[in-house]
Amino acid sequence: MDFELMFNSFPKLLGATVITLKLLSVSLIAGLFIGLLFAILRLNKNIFINKFAYGYSYVFRGTPLLVQIFIIYFGLGQIEYLRSTFLWIILKEPYWCAIIAFALNTGAYTSEILRSAFQTIKPGIVEAGKSLGISNKIIFYKIQIPIAIRQSLPAYGNEIILMMKGTSLASTVTLMDLTGVAKYIISTTFKPIEVFIVAGGIYLFMTFCIHNLIKLLEKKYSF
Amino acid sequence: MELLAFGDTGWGDELFIATLMTVAVSITAIIIGFLFAIVFTPLKLSKNKFFNFIGNSYTTVIRGVPELLVIYLFFFGGSGAIMYVASIFGYNDYIEINAFVTGSFAIGIISGAYSTEVFRGAVQSIDIGQSEAAKVLGLSKFTQFYKIIFPQVLRLAIPNLSNVWQITLKDTSLISVTGLVEIMRQSYVAAGSTRDPLFFYSFAAILYLILTFLSMKLINKLEIKFSRGY
Repeated sequence: MDFELMFNSFPKLLGATVITLKLLSVSLIAGLFIGLLFAILRLNKNIFINKFAYGYSYVFRGTPLLVQIFIIYFGLGQIEYLRSTFLWIILKEPYWCAIIAFALNTGAYTSEILRSAFQTIKPGIVEAGKSLGISNKIIFYKIQIPIAIRQSLPAYGNEIILMMKGTSLASTVTLMDLTGVAKYIISTTFKPIEVFIVAGGIYLFMTFCIHNLIKLLEKKYSF
Repeated sequence: MELLAFGDTGWGDELFIATLMTVAVSITAIIIGFLFAIVFTPLKLSKNKFFNFIGNSYTTVIRGVPELLVIYLFFFGGSGAIMYVASIFGYNDYIEINAFVTGSFAIGIISGAYSTEVFRGAVQSIDIGQSEAAKVLGLSKFTQFYKIIFPQVLRLAIPNLSNVWQITLKDTSLISVTGLVEIMRQSYVAAGSTRDPLFFYSFAAILYLILTFLSMKLINKLEIKFSRGY
């Protein structure tokens, strides 16, 4: 055991954690909107809209995240037309490519979580709202969404942890996140176990925090 | 389309072999995972605090740390660890473990943590009356488990194990970083030499979709088979 290396690599790894957290938070916020949008599309009665939303979540849940990042980072740059538009400013940055891939991926999972949460809401609750003369819009925003959020919290907590682990893939497109820096230190010092303990410890600590945060929220929103 | 031709002119046969490799690694990994689950599920269910701690640490650490980090640990640390063990037995030559073994072991340990959780949940949801009834009938401990508890565990576990299989299948894409030629690695090579990454990575995505689709069909059949009699 090389404790000196563990001690020295800790600040470096902690610095890289900031990038991991940035990637995680931005993609989660974007993914939440995408997920909500597609969950609503899934509940639509129109068969084409429905099938489109289903196809989206099927494709993104059926393929590895690594493929999705590579398609967006290496693949999209190949299209000549894209290179001439303003989108290229975003797509040439590995940081934004990673975020787009993460957001689309977590969006697919989130849409499934939210959809099943909406479907478990008893029709009686919506009917009660209607009989009180509340408009459909307010029923949706003030009754259905809060209940759906409560229902989906445990599953969404798992999704946040999965996504946190997913951000490690950003290191494959040259981003120096926690895993990227850990790999760099391992490959220069050839001390995998020490670095794994420190980096894994940081990841475990984040998992622990997310887990407890979700538990707290569950308590707050329980009824 | 000529990019996918079989033979020397295209990448069809290479990608086909790579797909078989992905399937082979996934199957090896999930079997290793089951072996881990067989060891760690009793530990997690044990009343002994120490055994319990070991079981819980395994699933917590593996499920809380990114897969890629575990793979790097095995990739960089695997042969070192084996050489250390070998040196205790007096063997001091350089040992290189092959990428298939490292990869399927790393993925196997990850998938084992998920399988352990699935089996633990399944065992816990079986009514205590089942084993009590078996005890009353005078069945031996082994028969109790093997004939009464295990078939029920299997039935409850299969739907969740199908999730574990999907996760394992997708995780194998990560061992492309160790150089094992599976779908991702082959697409990377093909994309590099033809300068057509969009086509090859999209094709890789399609291959993964086909694999997940086919395995779902197969697992559904298994589910029907194991839920007979209910």
